[in-house]
Amino acid sequence: MHENLVALREAALSELAAAVDAEALEAWRIKYLSRKGGALSEAVKALAALPREERPVYGQAVNAVKAAIEAAFAKRQEQLKAAALEAELSGSAIDVTLPGRKPSLGRLHVTTQNLRQLYAIFAEMGFQVYDAPDVETDDYNFGLLNIPPYHPARDMWDTFWVSQSATPQPTERSLVMRTHTSPGQIRVMRERCPEPIRVILPGKCYRYEQITARSEHQFYQMEGLAVGKNIRMTDLIGTLQQFARRMYGAGRRLRVRGSYFPFTEPSIEADMDCILCGGKGCGVCKYTGWLEIAGAGMVHPVVLRNGGYDPDIYSGFAFGMGVERPAMLKYKINDIRYFYGNDLRFLEQFG
Amino acid sequence: MKIPLSWLKDYVDITLPVEQLAERLTLAGLEVESLTRIGELWDRDKIFVGQILAVTRHPDADRLVLARVAYGAAEPLTVVTGAPNLYPYVGQDLSGGRGPKVAFAIAGARLIDGHSVERKVVTLKAGKIRGVVSQGMVCSEKELDLSDEHEGILILPADAPVGMPLADYLGDIILEFDIKGAFGHLQCVVGIAREIAALTGQTLRHPVPPDYLATPRVPDADFAGIVIRDPDLCLRYSAALIEGVQVGPSPYWMQQRLIRAGMRPINNIVDITNYVMLEIGQPLHAFDYDLLCQRAGGRPTIIMRRAYPGEHLVTLDGVDRELDPDMLMITDTAGTIAVGGVMGGANTEVSDRTSTVLLEAANFDFLSIRRTTQLLKLSSEAGARFGKRVDPELTVAALARAGQLMAELAGGTVRPVYGDVYPNPASEKTITLAPNYVNRLLGIEVPVPEMVRILRALEFGVEEVGRQGGGETSRQGEEGDSLSPCLFVTVPTHRQDVTIPADLVEEIGRVYGYDRMPHTLLQDELPPQRRNLALEGEEKVRDVLVGCGLTEVITYSMIDRRDEARLMRREVPSQEYVTVLNPLSSERAHLRRTLLPGLLNTARANLRFTERVAIFELGRVFYPRPAETLPAELRRVSALLVGPREPVGWQPRDATPLGFFDLKGVVETLLARLELKEAIWERGEHPAMHSGRTARLLVAGREVGHIGELHPLVRVAFDLPSQPVAIMELDLDALLADWGAAAPMTEISNQPPVYEDLAVVVDEAVPAAQVAGLIRQAGGKLLVDLRLFDVYRGGQIPAGKKSLAYSLTFQAVDRTLTDEDTGKLRVRIVGRLARELNATLRA
Repeated sequence: MHENLVALREAALSELAAAVDAEALEAWRIKYLSRKGGALSEAVKALAALPREERPVYGQAVNAVKAAIEAAFAKRQEQLKAAALEAELSGSAIDVTLPGRKPSLGRLHVTTQNLRQLYAIFAEMGFQVYDAPDVETDDYNFGLLNIPPYHPARDMWDTFWVSQSATPQPTERSLVMRTHTSPGQIRVMRERCPEPIRVILPGKCYRYEQITARSEHQFYQMEGLAVGKNIRMTDLIGTLQQFARRMYGAGRRLRVRGSYFPFTEPSIEADMDCILCGGKGCGVCKYTGWLEIAGAGMVHPVVLRNGGYDPDIYSGFAFGMGVERPAMLKYKINDIRYFYGNDLRFLEQFG
Repeated sequence: MKIPLSWLKDYVDITLPVEQLAERLTLAGLEVESLTRIGELWDRDKIFVGQILAVTRHPDADRLVLARVAYGAAEPLTVVTGAPNLYPYVGQDLSGGRGPKVAFAIAGARLIDGHSVERKVVTLKAGKIRGVVSQGMVCSEKELDLSDEHEGILILPADAPVGMPLADYLGDIILEFDIKGAFGHLQCVVGIAREIAALTGQTLRHPVPPDYLATPRVPDADFAGIVIRDPDLCLRYSAALIEGVQVGPSPYWMQQRLIRAGMRPINNIVDITNYVMLEIGQPLHAFDYDLLCQRAGGRPTIIMRRAYPGEHLVTLDGVDRELDPDMLMITDTAGTIAVGGVMGGANTEVSDRTSTVLLEAANFDFLSIRRTTQLLKLSSEAGARFGKRVDPELTVAALARAGQLMAELAGGTVRPVYGDVYPNPASEKTITLAPNYVNRLLGIEVPVPEMVRILRALEFGVEEVGRQGGGETSRQGEEGDSLSPCLFVTVPTHRQDVTIPADLVEEIGRVYGYDRMPHTLLQDELPPQRRNLALEGEEKVRDVLVGCGLTEVITYSMIDRRDEARLMRREVPSQEYVTVLNPLSSERAHLRRTLLPGLLNTARANLRFTERVAIFELGRVFYPRPAETLPAELRRVSALLVGPREPVGWQPRDATPLGFFDLKGVVETLLARLELKEAIWERGEHPAMHSGRTARLLVAGREVGHIGELHPLVRVAFDLPSQPVAIMELDLDALLADWGAAAPMTEISNQPPVYEDLAVVVDEAVPAAQVAGLIRQAGGKLLVDLRLFDVYRGGQIPAGKKSLAYSLTFQAVDRTLTDEDTGKLRVRIVGRLARELNATLRA
């Protein structure tokens, strides 16, 4: 073989072996394999200068060298890629048990989370949210709901009286902090009459109670109201049953018993089997096996009429339930003051 | 209300085990809160009624005696006891049944340890006491678990049958009811017995012997005059004179019933009035007739009238009460003698010396009674019952029953003479009830005969009309048929609460049993479904703020006005508040006008546990609006940020204190997520905020609120640490006024963008927003993005000036922009800035 070609091959291969990264490899490629001025191109060009009879031998030798160098290059290229990959994989291993970087997200108040669950459950049954004011007239909170002044039913609600007068008199009895969400019933009926109605009325309510682990002067309640030409007690019971199962689990049993509310006739209360003991009796259900979930009934004819609906044609049902209490059961919260204490260590435990 | 089961059994047969009875009553609306068993421990073969046959001294102990006790077994037993109330019997001849009756326990009986402070159950064992074998025990009330009394043993009435298991003689179950509503008819034993009869298919036995009611009911002019001056408040007044009574303790059985019903025995006269009240529901009052005669100087006249202004009365509880002119008083010619229906006066009280009793059974307007008890803050069993509407037909029956008992139990000669003034007797109420209505409202098919049975069991009169052929033609399903039956229902006088057909539906429903009703889903027409933009907006705002890292809090609507004064750094006049007239405390005496104090207090409380607080509240504030019926309730959203920007972690963190720009970024995100484009930020002023770090936000020309850092003085006033606190309060209605419409999307260009940087030098006072606004205006549609990337002062920039560096992105939708295009825009922008703001390009 031509001496120059041998030297070229040896030099190329040894330099190739010395190229340890992509940069050196590229420099090598330009030096030897580049079409313009690469060593191999130059060697091929030299063919033309040779005597005709020497050309075949030289040509073969050049081709052999070229093939060898290119094969070595390809192999070296693979080797370096594999080495680089190996280096990237082995060098950058991390301790995956270190804590992650958390995006800072806040949380909805547990009451809001519960309200949203209630909205969703009742929306599926066609009940939409209706808002009513926190401050009510005595008439809306009591009178129009069939509760005249001094009526014994008023004992069911310890009332905060308020005044917007510049010189409030302690004996004023015209405005109240709503003691329940029921006054919204009158408002929605007067607004929608004679349409049929299916609404829920969530909101803050206020009762004159000392703040203790079991009682708060401010709390949330949610009222439901359906009015139409064919609304039945069995619909009410069925609706509450659906609610109990959607809110507390498919197997829940409902117990309905007679009760008294001035704005419903007949009146009922709905209990469900205790979610903690399953009805066997425990401290939470006071060993009765039942937990009260709603006060309810068929809308009293006087209330229907006050809302503009003729009780001879229309009927309706209404129910009211607490919002904090189900959350207390669900999360085993034993002190209602947590809901308004806004301790972040409490609020950050929920969802 | 507590009622012993044994008392109920006087009027109705109890056919169910008591647990089932309680469940049935509860389901029918008479909630049984608890069952208390008296004598739960008394085994029938271990504790008996015994009789002491002889009491002798213990040979070796001064304080002990030996009692020989018969208890029905062949041989009496001897026990050792220290009961002081047996000492007087030592050595006495007790033969011939003269010995006292006792509760006698033999070995194996379960008793309460009389010497233990806690209630401890022990089993009695025979054993020697000071060398003498004691074969059983004569028991104290404490040992029997009846009370804490352990001074002496329980002495039973003389007629107690020796040998009867004590459980049969004294055992009982007390039902405690929680009955909601103004149901006078359920406030007594007979009322509950009537319900039990209806629920279990039994018959009610009325307590008053019918022939006793035949006694003349005309007023007897000889003993007392009765004048009802205010018949709107006093509906009926009946009285009886009972002469020759001997005041003393009432019999054991009556005392036991009163105690078990929750009342304290006083004397036979008072106890009988209470007993009759508990039994049939009519409160009674006994006056000392001789005292009345002394006051009148002869025959008394009882006058029912409103109190005169300034009148006083010392009531039985010894309190001198100031009376209000709308309170109904029982008076005589000398003045007031009782607060009608609530409490008697001390001046005519029955005492040990009383021999003639004027017994009152009256009826009053129930709302007036409630008003009186509330104004006087005076609660009594009578007032509580009258406040729930008592049957006006009960008065004479109650006098008859009490007269009967006083004859039997108070000794002497009893001559009941009735007086009865009843100006406007209640007319009989009838209700026409269509069975279709019942079934339509309930959603089930209750057969008509079942409705009739239920109503009659509750003592409603029922007449069926429209049913031809004795019920054969009438069957279920005759919807709206004019021939369908109708029930004419006569309401008994004890059901003052029943006035409309729906009331009867309730009676039928609850006795039929709600537990028997199927559960249906609403089949009525679905009402028009409406979008609730207000609620959607609130929930969207909550979601965005939570996404920005803020946690929602809910604080009180009733606040401490001083907190708002601290916030606003001025006293807010009280007339600017809605005032709570009966606040829980001065800290809850007004309705909030801002959410900020709630957040500041929440932050302070939490900073004790954490270094970083990021919170918001969305809720209502209240402003008086005296010209309108209701105050304004405005929806607000407020937020607060304090502490390091990032929490501590193992990686490098940004510990810069959260400040104005963090909160502004939150608000900008909120505006972007609400797709509100026309937002203007300008320098603002707010008393609670740092004067140089406050922005006023306008959206679509409306002021929405302020964002700023807390004023240092307010920070001190709220006792917050000295670091920046970013706060905001936005008017949600203003913020969301334009929200909710869907904006069309902006076309996305595939043409290559051109990026340019521009640094301009302007006066320090020029707001950055103005510079950016001018650049946008001058750049027009082709300027698709503008970002401020540097604010620089010092160096080559003259004093009083600042350099603002922006990166600009130009892009057209339909073509590639040329250098010429962007060059022209740049010249236009620079020219505009130079003209309007005297800006120069930074060299």
